[in-house]
Amino acid sequence: MRTRRTFAVALCAIALTATAACGKDGTPGDAAASGSTAPKLPTYTVKTDAKVDSAIFAEAKKRGQLIIGAKSDQPFLGFEDLASGDRSGFDIEIAKMVAADLGFTPQQIKWQTLVSSQREPAISKGQIDFYVGTYSINDERKKTVSFAGPYFIAGQDFLVKADNTSITGPESVNGKNICTATGSTSIKNIQQYSPKITQFDTYSACVEKLLSGEVDAVTTDDAILKGYASKYAPKLKVVGKPFTKENYGVGLNKDDAALRGAISDALKAHQDNGDWKKAYDATLGLSGSAAPTPPALERY
Amino acid sequence: MGFLFEDGNFALFRDGFLQTIELSALSALLALLLGTLLAAFRVSPIPALRGFGTAWVTLFRNTPLTVLFFAVTFGLPPLGVHFSHLTFAVLALGSYTASFVCEVLRSGINTVPLGQAEAARSLGMTFGQTLTSIVLPQAARTVLAPLSSVFIALPRNSAIAGAFSVSELYSAQQSFSEDGYSIFAIFFWVACAYLVISAVVALLFRFLEDRLAVAR
Repeated sequence: MRTRRTFAVALCAIALTATAACGKDGTPGDAAASGSTAPKLPTYTVKTDAKVDSAIFAEAKKRGQLIIGAKSDQPFLGFEDLASGDRSGFDIEIAKMVAADLGFTPQQIKWQTLVSSQREPAISKGQIDFYVGTYSINDERKKTVSFAGPYFIAGQDFLVKADNTSITGPESVNGKNICTATGSTSIKNIQQYSPKITQFDTYSACVEKLLSGEVDAVTTDDAILKGYASKYAPKLKVVGKPFTKENYGVGLNKDDAALRGAISDALKAHQDNGDWKKAYDATLGLSGSAAPTPPALERY
Repeated sequence: MGFLFEDGNFALFRDGFLQTIELSALSALLALLLGTLLAAFRVSPIPALRGFGTAWVTLFRNTPLTVLFFAVTFGLPPLGVHFSHLTFAVLALGSYTASFVCEVLRSGINTVPLGQAEAARSLGMTFGQTLTSIVLPQAARTVLAPLSSVFIALPRNSAIAGAFSVSELYSAQQSFSEDGYSIFAIFFWVACAYLVISAVVALLFRFLEDRLAVAR
């Protein structure tokens, strides 16, 4: 199933770049780099004296590399440019700022792409040191892993064409054709509002259908939608009326309270010094929605 | 294993099961009709039709099914062709399977002794009459066993439709996985469902073989 999904993603990428109808070629990184007024990504000072009383940290120091789990198919959030191997996006920036405070340069990060269903096993088996990739904090997951954060609060929202004024929130979608991913929690949330749902196994397929006008909206977490809105700016927009609440956290080993504390400290420090906002502006902020206030950390 | 009988899961599973059957049955029908027509094309005396048959088989048999689904679902609407997702799935799956049915039938046609066709021709039958009343009936009866393999593979291939907005068994499995039920329990029931479908198809062909097999 994994291969099938990867295959579908690859196909989408081919289709999206190949068809003239769906806008510009190239990677989101290009869009960020073009235009001199575009917000610049922040750089982070790497701490040289980082010390955390944690086995995972000690192990990472010894190997001189931090293994961070991430997603690779979400533009402006966690995206891997398959040609160059470069990672970009808000989650990637969060991971880099945390790594910097732990004493690792971006070159010392080894990225590991993991799909949603593989996150808990990879963390508890120690295959990765921690995971940053639209990972919602919830009680079910807290039984197997622990979370530092939240570093971002997302909510389910709608992605529509820029000239669409009829969809203003969940109450206005009844009878509209809504697209979302097969098996996602977003389906359950939207079913209460509209019976007409199209499902594909990737969001990029939904976005393709939205661009060609066959569906009226795509629904999932607004962070993911903002990424697509940025990629296809100014053709698409996010409605901006989130109707659920997802706290994104950094997922790490359940027993490692010291590392969790250190990651929380790092997140707090970068929220306070403005890096958080700079990172947002240069990634998700390109969709046109202004940076929200960084969420208060939940230390437990 | 008991998750199937908890809150509303059975309805989702049943709907997925029925959708898989509907999709498979419609695709099988399309594949059978189209496959027979293509087989006739491939042995016909007209070069254009032979070329068409060969091109179809080469194209559809060698394209991965996922790519076909993708081409149909995303390629046709921009050309102004709008169908339901089930219809798109039937088109993709039916055209794909038709190429296999065509080749199986063609191999069957090759087993019919040449004398049969020559005898038909000497009686004054046209090509169409020879094919439909003499050669194809014998050919079809010879290839029941390989044909059953094609139609057993079809329901399992239909799982790909789950990723293209057809809510069949595969998409039901995805929903259960997201709900956090044990992966083994989910796959146990999904596997059982496919097993039931395959077994029924196999039994049907066994029955047909018993009744129709050509004794030579």
